[in-house]
Amino acid sequence: MKHRALLVAVALLLPGGAAMAQSGPWGPGADDAAFAQMLKTSFKGRGVATLDRLNQDETQVFCSDPETVYAPESAARREEIEKVNLASVKWPADGVWLGDWKEGEKIAQSGRGNTWTDKPEQVNGGNCYNCHQISAEEISHGTIGPSLHNYGKLRGTDDAVMKATWAKIYNSKSNNACSNMPRAGHMGILSEEQMKHLMALLLDPRSPVNQ
Amino acid sequence: MHQASTGIAAFLAAVAAVTVAHAQMDNPQAGIEAYREALQDGNPAELHEMAGEELWTTPAGPKNASLEQCDLGLGPGVVKGAYARLPRYFADTDRVQDLESRLLTCMETLQGKDPKVYIDASFTAPPKEEMNALVAYLSGQSRDVAVTVTPEHPKERAMYELGKRLFFFQGGPYDFSCATCHGQEGTRIRMQDLPYIPGHEGAAAGWTSWPAYRVSNGQMWSMQWRLNDCFRQQRFPEPIYASDATIALSTYIAANSNGAVMKTPGIKR
Repeated sequence: MKHRALLVAVALLLPGGAAMAQSGPWGPGADDAAFAQMLKTSFKGRGVATLDRLNQDETQVFCSDPETVYAPESAARREEIEKVNLASVKWPADGVWLGDWKEGEKIAQSGRGNTWTDKPEQVNGGNCYNCHQISAEEISHGTIGPSLHNYGKLRGTDDAVMKATWAKIYNSKSNNACSNMPRAGHMGILSEEQMKHLMALLLDPRSPVNQ
Repeated sequence: MHQASTGIAAFLAAVAAVTVAHAQMDNPQAGIEAYREALQDGNPAELHEMAGEELWTTPAGPKNASLEQCDLGLGPGVVKGAYARLPRYFADTDRVQDLESRLLTCMETLQGKDPKVYIDASFTAPPKEEMNALVAYLSGQSRDVAVTVTPEHPKERAMYELGKRLFFFQGGPYDFSCATCHGQEGTRIRMQDLPYIPGHEGAAAGWTSWPAYRVSNGQMWSMQWRLNDCFRQQRFPEPIYASDATIALSTYIAANSNGAVMKTPGIKR
């Protein structure tokens, strides 16, 4: 969490900062000062969900303004955000991309972790099925993200595919500035080992995803 | 009351389970539709409405007064249709208030109760059970009434804009905002359909069906509880009960659903 240095008050109030690049489509009464004041008086830390979670990093600041995010004049800014996020990606230390797809399936199924009712020692899930179709057997899947069924079968498993997939899981904003997907590695949600298991679920030819 | 409601819940769940199992053979989506239909046949929220009415009319608190003279916006004691016009600006508190924050005001002024007890209690603790029952009763008094929330007072308009801004505000380790799940049309989390809150239809689907009785856990959920659990899953810190952030969001959702007909209290899985 160290990299998330921007306090929301700073992000919202400092002139010339990233936050000021878009003042937002907000009408009277929802200016930066009023909004910051509302946040300050309306939330309390509880368990692992501490108040510093309201301190946005520059990606979150940029992605919180729906009118600017996909505006043509924001193209350069989007690219910058993607670059910053790509630079945060740590590649597997031992050069091995794939873990065990069976473990990956468990991680993809689990939506646990990081809420104020979760314990700090809780092993986090990946929340994957909440938004994606993955293996065909699991019919209870969300639709916010694209289907990942046949992920490896469709793309192959050469190094470029491995690298792109790893980057997407580690930091989803590395190729799409305001992707709805969490940044699993960057934010410390999943460990390197867990991400390898998810890689195997998507890319191992024996995984049910590719059957 | 709780025994009765648990019994009804168990019966409903059993009926629904059979229906779902049958329908799932062909089509999972049809199974879910059948389950939702089965839920409409009886709503244990009625029991909470009755408990809420009793709380409304029974003298309590240091001043030993009932809530019957509470002004929910249509004048002291007027409950019919009052919920469908909330949140709104109240001159006596100089605040925009939703039903729950307004109830806290009345409990303090009329009954002499300490709102902090109600604010700090967990949603399953007795003080919040009172709030949830009151909300069931009062939202029931607006059943079949059209939502009329049209921000006009400057503070109402500010609340709407603050709610809209909060709706898109990303934070926490997952970068989630309300919009992550409720900002696109026609999406689901697992099998759960997600209303698109910036649009009228989606906002109405949410706003007119909460507060609601939840069959899966036998609990009567107020709007504050609903929003609280959204923020929990968003991995945000906890919104304080009846805080401005929660009222701002409710103002945004209610105003977006303006004109839709209240079906409260609702019933959910």
